[in-house]
Amino acid sequence: MRIITPTVQVRSPEPTTSQVETRPCIVTSKLSAYFGETAAIRDISMSVPQQAVTAIIGPSGCGKSTLLRCLNRMHETVPRTRVEGSVQILGSEIYGEGTSPIAIRRHVGMVFQRPTPFPTMSIRANVAAGLRVDSKSHADRGATSEIVEEALQRAGLWAEVKDQLDESAMALSGGQQQRLCIARALATRPRVILLDEPTASLDPLSAQKVEELVYDLRKTVTVVIVTHNMQQAARVSDRTAFLLMGELVEFASTRELFTAPKDPRTESYITGRFG
Amino acid sequence: MIGFTYLAAILATLPLVLILAHLVRKGASSLSLAFFTHMPGSVGEPGGGMANAIVGTLMLIGIASIIGLPIGIGAGLYLAEKKSTPLASTVRFLSDVLNGLPSIVMGIFAWEVLVRPVRHFSALAGGVALGAMMIPLVTRTTEEMLLVVPTSLREAALALGYPKWRTSISVVLRTALAGIVTGALVAVARIAGETAPLLFTALGNQFWSTSVREPIAALPLQIFTYAINAYDEWHRQAWAGALVLITIVLIISLAARFATRSRFGAPVD
Repeated sequence: MRIITPTVQVRSPEPTTSQVETRPCIVTSKLSAYFGETAAIRDISMSVPQQAVTAIIGPSGCGKSTLLRCLNRMHETVPRTRVEGSVQILGSEIYGEGTSPIAIRRHVGMVFQRPTPFPTMSIRANVAAGLRVDSKSHADRGATSEIVEEALQRAGLWAEVKDQLDESAMALSGGQQQRLCIARALATRPRVILLDEPTASLDPLSAQKVEELVYDLRKTVTVVIVTHNMQQAARVSDRTAFLLMGELVEFASTRELFTAPKDPRTESYITGRFG
Repeated sequence: MIGFTYLAAILATLPLVLILAHLVRKGASSLSLAFFTHMPGSVGEPGGGMANAIVGTLMLIGIASIIGLPIGIGAGLYLAEKKSTPLASTVRFLSDVLNGLPSIVMGIFAWEVLVRPVRHFSALAGGVALGAMMIPLVTRTTEEMLLVVPTSLREAALALGYPKWRTSISVVLRTALAGIVTGALVAVARIAGETAPLLFTALGNQFWSTSVREPIAALPLQIFTYAINAYDEWHRQAWAGALVLITIVLIISLAARFATRSRFGAPVD
C-alpha cells in the first residue's frame, strides 16, 4: 500500500509504554442499531483502548452518532429503536439482562454537539447536576464544592468562572458553555467520555481550547469522539475508526489510517474525493 | 396598507380603553376606605362597602386554584410526555371541548353535584365550578410551555443518568416553570370575573362569611345584584365594584408578565 501524502497533520505520537493497557475499555461485538426497520449501523465490532482518544469519522449519515449513542444506551431513548449485538465496557455487558441503562449513563459521560447547560441553574449547580443523582455519596456540601472545582479545572474553565459560580450558566459564551458541559460530564468521574461533534457549533478559538482539553483528558479518561472534521480527528486522537453507510470500514491507529489506509474507500474519503 | 393596519390596531385597543375610562369616571368617586372595609348597607341606605365580596372573590380564586392548578399542570405534563398516544389525543380533544363549554353549564354541573345533595349553596361549590373551568386553560398552556423546552435538554439530563421522571420534573418542568406560572396566572385572571357559574353555587351573601360551606359573596355577583336594582347608591357601588374587579385582574396579569421576565430566562435554542 503506497504511503500517501497526508492532507492532515497527525499529532499523536506512536504508542508509548504508558499506554500499554491491560484490557480494552470498550468492546463492541456485531453491534447493530435500528430506527424502525432501517439499520443505521450494522455488525460493528471494535475494541476501544483505555486512556486514549478514539475518533469516529465518516460522511454525513454514516452512523457515527448512532454508534456513539449505543455506547451509553442513549439510542434506545428514541421511540421505535432497537439495538442488537453486544457492548462491553470494562468487562461488563451493558445490554445484559436486567442491566439498568440509568446506571450505565452515570458512569459514561456524554457531551453533545450544541452546548446544553440547564438554563435555570447556576454554573455551580450545572456542574453538580450529575452528582445529585448519586444519592449514596456527596451528601456533604463541602465535598460537592471540591468536586465542582476539580471538574471545572479539568475542563479548563475554573479560572474563567471561579468568581461567578452562582451566576446563571446562560451568561457564558458558547465555547464556555460547552466546556461547562464537559465539566458537568467529568464531575461524576466517569471512566469513559463520549463526545458527539463537540466543537461543531463553536468558533475556531473555542474549538481549539476544547480540542486541547480533549487531548489532555486521555491521561485520565477514555475518550470517544465523533467528528465531522478529519483534521480534528488527526489532531486529537490515537486511534480512528472510519464509518461508511453504517459499516465499519477501517479501524487503525490515527497515524496509520491517515498516512497508509488499507481500504480504498478510506483513502477516497480522507483525500477528499467524497464526503 | 400600513395605514389600515394602524387603524385596526387602534380599534382593537379601543374597547378596553373606553371601558377603563368609563369605569374610572363612574366608579372612582365611590371608592373609599369604607368601600373596602364595610359590609353592604341596607336597601336604599347610603354607605356600605364590598369588603365581603372582595374577600369572597379571593377565597373563590383560592379554592379554584387548589383544584385547577395541580390537575391542569399534571395533565399538561402528561400530554407533553405522551404526545400522540390514543389516550393523550383523547384527553387533549376533550380538554379543548371543556374549554369551550359555556360557563353556566359548569355552574349547573357544580349545582347538581355539590348543591342539590346537601340542599344549600356554598363557596365550595362555586370554587369547584371555577376550578373546573381553569383545568383546560392550565392544561393547554402547560403543555405548550413544556413542548418549547428543547429535546437537547432532555437528552442532556438522560445522558447524566437521570431517570425519566426526574428528567421531566427537575429539568423540563423547571425550565418551563416561568411559562407555566404565566399560564396559571392568566387562567386565574380569567375566572376571577366569571359570574354565571357562581349564580347557583356560591349564590352571594350580604353578610360577612369565610366558610366554605356557606354561600359567599363575590365581586361579579355583587355587581350583578346591585346593577339590576333601582337604587342609585347601589349603582354607584356597582361601578366601583367593577373597577376593583378589573384592577384585581390587571394586577394578576401584570404579575404574570413579571414572572416571565425575571430569573434566568428562556431555554437556549
